[in-house]
Amino acid sequence: MKKLNKVLLIGNPNVGKSAFFSRLTGVNVIISNYPGTTVELKKGKMKLGRKLVEVVDVPGTYNLEPTSKAEEVAVKMLKTGDLVINVVDATNLERNLYLTFQLLEKNIPVVIALNFWDETRHKGIDVDVKKLAQLLKVPVVPTVAVTGEGIKEIVSALKKAKTHAYKHTDKERWAKVGKITKQVQKIKRRHHTPLERLEDLTIKPLTGIPIALLTMLLTFYMIRFIGENLIAYMFEPLFNLYLPIVTGLSDILGSGFIHDILIGTLIGGEIDFVQSMGLLTTGLFVPFAMVLPYIFAFYLVLGFLEDIGYLPRLATLVDNVMHRIGMHGLAIIPMMLGLGCNVPGALSIRILETKRQRFIAATLMAIAVPCMAQIAMVFGLLGGYGIQGLGILFFTLFTVWVVLGFLLNRLMKGVTPETFTEISPYRIPYLRSLIKKLWMRLRSFLTTAIPFVLLGVFIVNILYISGIISFISNITAPVVVGVLGLPKEAIASLVIGFLRKDVAVGMLLPLGLTMKQLIIASAVLTMYFPCIATFIVLFRELGIKAMLKSSLIMLIVTLFVGGILNLLL
Amino acid sequence: MEVSLLQLQSGRRARIKYLGGGLAFQRKLASLNIRIGKTIKKIAAQPFGGPVVIEIGNTRVTLGRGIAMRILLEVENEKIK
Repeated sequence: MKKLNKVLLIGNPNVGKSAFFSRLTGVNVIISNYPGTTVELKKGKMKLGRKLVEVVDVPGTYNLEPTSKAEEVAVKMLKTGDLVINVVDATNLERNLYLTFQLLEKNIPVVIALNFWDETRHKGIDVDVKKLAQLLKVPVVPTVAVTGEGIKEIVSALKKAKTHAYKHTDKERWAKVGKITKQVQKIKRRHHTPLERLEDLTIKPLTGIPIALLTMLLTFYMIRFIGENLIAYMFEPLFNLYLPIVTGLSDILGSGFIHDILIGTLIGGEIDFVQSMGLLTTGLFVPFAMVLPYIFAFYLVLGFLEDIGYLPRLATLVDNVMHRIGMHGLAIIPMMLGLGCNVPGALSIRILETKRQRFIAATLMAIAVPCMAQIAMVFGLLGGYGIQGLGILFFTLFTVWVVLGFLLNRLMKGVTPETFTEISPYRIPYLRSLIKKLWMRLRSFLTTAIPFVLLGVFIVNILYISGIISFISNITAPVVVGVLGLPKEAIASLVIGFLRKDVAVGMLLPLGLTMKQLIIASAVLTMYFPCIATFIVLFRELGIKAMLKSSLIMLIVTLFVGGILNLLL
Repeated sequence: MEVSLLQLQSGRRARIKYLGGGLAFQRKLASLNIRIGKTIKKIAAQPFGGPVVIEIGNTRVTLGRGIAMRILLEVENEKIK
């Protein structure tokens, strides 16, 4: 065997490649229970003896005929790799072995990981591992990647990997796969497990649609409940302890530029964490005490829905609606992820196969899906008015999402391809990986959002001090004041909205806006432009022309909808 | 007796007899092991033109009605809706 420098993880979608990758390399990646979680190549290193070997997590593929992007990537990677760990779903042997045979034709050493080994027992499937290895003439190791079972064995099997260069036609391949499956697999009759019964209940329309509505409602209330309580009983008390410290610092600094930047303006002679706009006051309070609790709550609930495997079912139930707005059901996944943060949402539009769908999904997400950081601030801002203010805002955004999608679907050339997707089985979430994922997402918020929030607060101060804000305000006032009915002071918030939506919403607070103005400002902040981080991702994914088109749509829709709200409310 | 997957009653099993589409269509279906000779079970059809959900082996698959229309199944007479 030639030198081993690069190991590829290849297999069907949703067979646990990312869990493997994470186990082998120690690099944490997002693992979820739906096909298409990994949309990019992920690379890491693992130790093999005294050597470091590169490991590549290749997005899932059903075959190696380069007909789609995911398959093209896999085929290209194969040429650069030295060994393939073919991750196989042991509960779907026949379908998975087709890809295995294609790999065995490629003249590259292969070992097979029979993953989800624990599930074969519950499902009454009995696979003769030894015989399978004999028939395929490559090492086969039963594994449970998420718990780490069998990982050591796979690593030690790497040196026994075997190369073949079979030649088959499509028909011969299926014939062989069928024959081998028959020889090694026995399926026992058994009763349905409670999870399988739940699978039926949640996919049949009569029960599935009410359950979906209930789930969404429950999700919303759980997020608010967890978020509010974390703020009231944990973060606000913490900041109350911190208050004397910054007040002391404020006294020492006296007044002047440094005080303005660090502490901000005193409101009635005292520090106001929400309104003072200093780096050490608002700059810390907004991300930690107003946004983080909701981010935590959102990703806790989302992680659970992802890992149990609910999202593909939701996608199936909303598929007919989604088709009318130019996408298919799976586009619900970028939308849900976008509710957490638009950046991962924008990345996941890759699971949609056509350019047209990706454009519509990206535009709708950027316009009508506010991220959790912004929603958290809006809760703080509009929550005081009860359900009415929030209700009008979310209803408006939802209407924009539907109507704009409908229009784009009508006006753009082309059709949405029909849905054709695997629905992952329900799995009981593995607590450790659930916590790990939550932590990864929180860490990503803390490390990427907080510097941006601080930068945002810093820029606010610079803009005010330098007088740039009043310049921009004067130019844009006719539109903002005339069409949208917002005061001139709100323009600073719109400027900062390019950078961070949460800081932008926070800046509305001291303005003493009416409920109507708060609703309009919140809606406009959601719609007119995604934050810069999302914009960069979308620009990369869609290209410059499509992104310009999308941005133009955003601007027009914002003026139109903001104007209507101003007239109607 | 031959019916399309669209016509098949939910909860019924039937064997695939014919796939009405070109090579690319057949390949696409084969990627989820939907092939001539395989037995599938229809789990549900979503209302208002929504997709059809089937079970094949241990996998459940959502597929659009246009696709379901082109999957022809062999059933015995009394099993038709």
